[in-house]
Amino acid sequence: MKQSVFEVTDNTGIAENVFRMTLSGDVSQITAPGQFVNIKLDGFFLRRPISVCDTGEDRLVIIYKVVGGGTLAMSKLERGAALDVLTGLGNGFDVSKSGQNPLLIGGGVGAPPMYMLCKKLAGLGRKVTAVLGFNSGSDVFLTRELEQAGATVLLATADGSMGTRGFVTDILPQDYSYFYACGPMPMLKAVCEKTITEGELSFEERMGCGFGACMGCTCKTKYGNKRICRDGPVLKKSEVIF
Amino acid sequence: MPDTSVALSGITLDNPVIPASGTFGFGYEFSEYYDINILGSISLKGTTKDPRFGNPTPRIAEIPCGLINSVGLQNPGADAVIGTEIPRLAKTFKKPLIANISGFSVDEYVECARKFDAVGQVGILEINISCPNVHGGGMSFGTSAESAAQVTRAVKSAVSKPVYIKLSPNVTDITEIARAVQDAGADGISMINTLLGMRIDLKTKRPVVANQKGGMSGPCILPLALRMVYEVYESVDIPIIGMGGISCAADVIEMMLAGASAVQVGAANLVDPCACRDIIKQLPETMQHYGIEKLSDITGGAHNGK
Repeated sequence: MKQSVFEVTDNTGIAENVFRMTLSGDVSQITAPGQFVNIKLDGFFLRRPISVCDTGEDRLVIIYKVVGGGTLAMSKLERGAALDVLTGLGNGFDVSKSGQNPLLIGGGVGAPPMYMLCKKLAGLGRKVTAVLGFNSGSDVFLTRELEQAGATVLLATADGSMGTRGFVTDILPQDYSYFYACGPMPMLKAVCEKTITEGELSFEERMGCGFGACMGCTCKTKYGNKRICRDGPVLKKSEVIF
Repeated sequence: MPDTSVALSGITLDNPVIPASGTFGFGYEFSEYYDINILGSISLKGTTKDPRFGNPTPRIAEIPCGLINSVGLQNPGADAVIGTEIPRLAKTFKKPLIANISGFSVDEYVECARKFDAVGQVGILEINISCPNVHGGGMSFGTSAESAAQVTRAVKSAVSKPVYIKLSPNVTDITEIARAVQDAGADGISMINTLLGMRIDLKTKRPVVANQKGGMSGPCILPLALRMVYEVYESVDIPIIGMGGISCAADVIEMMLAGASAVQVGAANLVDPCACRDIIKQLPETMQHYGIEKLSDITGGAHNGK
């Protein structure tokens, strides 16, 4: 974990109410896909936890949706803005468990961490399939980037305006070695019911601190209480209680 | 170099800055950010006799300049805190600790307090009679002078270490409760606990936190905490640990002028993990700026003639 100052280098809308922000700063503490950062914003008391989409040398990419005042303020930040960011938060996905042909499942703004995960897995020579679900065609993002990173991409939209009409669980392939999922709670529950292998799910919860101190985001698992921010956000399918 | 040391019931602290219970866990997370041994002391996560999961989530809501929490005293229970957490913390933090104790009956308070009284590193027992989160729990003790005094008397008679009673601000007259716990033998007072509040989500049209209401903390409550510490200082003769929205060295000085002998820093830790470290760093310079040579001299300095 580290607290440091990042500078916004780009902040662009990529889908309806969805923005991609690129920042420059020290990303040395970000060690696994599926981790998150916690961003201090002027005028808001609590930080905003946002999953990591990608990292490079001194470069951090996040994709976020405007859902309230904090993310609205984020969307208005311009190039050159300085942000106080906590990095290296959360456990992240375990790429060593993937097997040869892992499945990556992302729903809405649950999709961004799948990009860094895809890059890592493709780098290990895995045959990656990414299944993405959105409400509508205007919400879709990240499909081309995932393809460029080496994934076979399957797309569903709830209204059928792009890809297959339906949800991610309607287009899951039959053959895969392991799965990684991130998205809204009903999607995660449905994914657990439909998948046939062990896998990992990334959860979202309202957080106080984001680094394990306040117990604001605790959930019950089959193996005791876990803090989503510190012991998660990634939990194994076999330990989750819905 | 100005003297930042203060004393609580005969225990000398290098500085008056103590992370508040429930905002610092058992310290490990913060020791990844800085050397926590610089702290005056640590008030441990509120502990009950038995392990508790706490309230359902969401437990957190943002408010202007602060937050609402309804964690509901999640903790691993007294035996696990004493057997596992304190020994682990003791590797990085070497000074006397403050054990924060909650209960749902006088007997539970007594049993829990007795256990912590026997722990060598525990310097002060801080009795939470005010946690607003738990139905039928601490709230009832802290809102009546009689039951507050009852808990105080029972704990005092069972332990040998100094007992500080942590008061709830959700009362009509906090000075009445303060006098009652002093008369019942309390060695000191911690104040204030969080203020009951609520937020409602306009999309769902329901309260944001699952427990409907929760405790407000953060800079928004500082003026209210200062006023209450000021009033209690005039009403009792035992030391006060002041807290409520402190987030910089100037706030520490303000709280001490109101009547506090030491302070706790709560919500600030959650948004800035290095908040306490930075306050301790700022203190000497801020003292010099206001012409203060010895910090312990300023307790109650805002009062005329006491």
